[in-house]
Amino acid sequence: MLHVEHIHKTFFAGTINEKVALQDLSLHLAPGDFVTVIGGNGAGKSTMLNSIAGVYPVDSGKIVIDGADITKTPEHKRAKYIGRVFQDPMMGTAAGMMIEENLAIAARRGKTPGLKWSLNEKDHDWFVEMLKELDLGLENRMTARVGLLSGGQRQALTLLMATIKKPKLLLLDEHTAALDPKTAAKVLALTERIVDRDQLTTLMITHNMRDALRYGNRLIMMYNGRILVDVAGDEKKNLTTQDLLQMFEKAAGNTLDSDRLLLS
Amino acid sequence: MIDILMPTIAQGLLWAIMALGVYITFRVLDIADLTVEGSFPLGAAVAASMLSEGYSVAVAFICAAIAGMLAGVATGLLHTKLKIPALLAGILTMIALYSVNLRVMGKANLSLLRIDTIFTEMQAWFNLDNVYTVLSVGAIAALLSGLFIYWFFGTEIGAAIRATGFNQQMIRAQGVDTRVTIILGLLISNALVALSGALIAQNNGFADVGMGTGTIVIGLASVIIGEVLFCTRSFKNCIVSVILGSVVYRIVIAAVLQMGMPPNDLKLFTALLVAFALSLPLVKDKVGARKAVK
Repeated sequence: MLHVEHIHKTFFAGTINEKVALQDLSLHLAPGDFVTVIGGNGAGKSTMLNSIAGVYPVDSGKIVIDGADITKTPEHKRAKYIGRVFQDPMMGTAAGMMIEENLAIAARRGKTPGLKWSLNEKDHDWFVEMLKELDLGLENRMTARVGLLSGGQRQALTLLMATIKKPKLLLLDEHTAALDPKTAAKVLALTERIVDRDQLTTLMITHNMRDALRYGNRLIMMYNGRILVDVAGDEKKNLTTQDLLQMFEKAAGNTLDSDRLLLS
Repeated sequence: MIDILMPTIAQGLLWAIMALGVYITFRVLDIADLTVEGSFPLGAAVAASMLSEGYSVAVAFICAAIAGMLAGVATGLLHTKLKIPALLAGILTMIALYSVNLRVMGKANLSLLRIDTIFTEMQAWFNLDNVYTVLSVGAIAALLSGLFIYWFFGTEIGAAIRATGFNQQMIRAQGVDTRVTIILGLLISNALVALSGALIAQNNGFADVGMGTGTIVIGLASVIIGEVLFCTRSFKNCIVSVILGSVVYRIVIAAVLQMGMPPNDLKLFTALLVAFALSLPLVKDKVGARKAVK
């Protein structure tokens, strides 16, 4: 479904602030893969997601979704394939617009907007059905401004907006990091339910190792702009946080060693 | 009293079209667009020139609107393609339009004396007196503009433009090119502003290259007065409150002039009024906080 091939990304190239964010990164996702992504700060997790989403162009390499080469496609055109939820609950919705208006925009994701009336009765009923499944009572607040919702409600709504028109790829960039633990757990459970139901190919960044282990069928660990660990299936199921930490230290340590080798 | 009130309301309605344009950029797109200082006299200049060349009123209005659209697109391209900050992009277009307006008119002031305008035609048609002609033209123009905006911003494109004003990141992630929505918003806004300029020129009986000075402040005053006095939540009510705000602004101005304020101080007064109105939310917060402490 998603093929990322040998992408490189360097920020501020040629300046004193030069930062190599992605180094020859390749990643292949089969349809229905639910991949959790972990790694320290600056490992390149968000850069990878943003490169796939088209927030900025990659320096080299190729990105293919569902057979379409989107390496040079601008961000708004990639929306046809990709649903996204951001870390900041404010980012995924238009605060001053009604819940229904936000959903109406999301239901047309990737289509060129026309002069048809944005809201209609058929969609209204559909939105009510979908909101009911969130179980947050939002179906009774269709005309409420999204700005009035709590962070958790907004993230749940953003998740619904990202998936209401089934995307080829769902990108979740630490979408529960800004929520309190209880709300985060709810939003994660909801994420799993939606991903399972629609068999969505998903990339989910998380800082929480336990979440990374609990959710998804595959886990990748990033360090210094590369994928160091990639486990799937039963191997992932049997992993513990301890194993993960060890793998992380081992992988990171090795890289340090090779750095030292290069320098000497 | 009614002798003063009626013409004042009529003026307010004619200027309300401009205020609606400012509302679209200032509140919907969240941009302070100074293009209006140039597109307002542009609409006046184009309409006055067309009328004195003998074109019909309808053609004059259409050309004024198209000229306003082009002005908005110019600012939009400067902002989205060349990445010039919106405020500066508007200032650049505004300055450029000063020369354009002089070229359109061929001189600094173009009189419409003894030339058929929308007002003389309406007067001949309905046989109303002067004041009620202006009032009814203003009311129809404001109503049509309001209805158009209500319809347009309820469509899929309109919703995308509104979402752009709230959250560009979000609407891009939903597949909309924000460059297009910003340019479209500026286009519609400046078309309305130019139409208002065309109306005012015909009502005044002349177009003047300097008539745009302070347009943005008058527009902001109308938008904010409308919000403060008739503060409402739905989009429909916002449109109505902008129109009412424009009328109230004219009444306030007429009242202070009546009370003996020198007309030369008008712009100073308007600026102070807008500064006061813009600071109201802050004042409200502070007062609210104090009450909460007590």
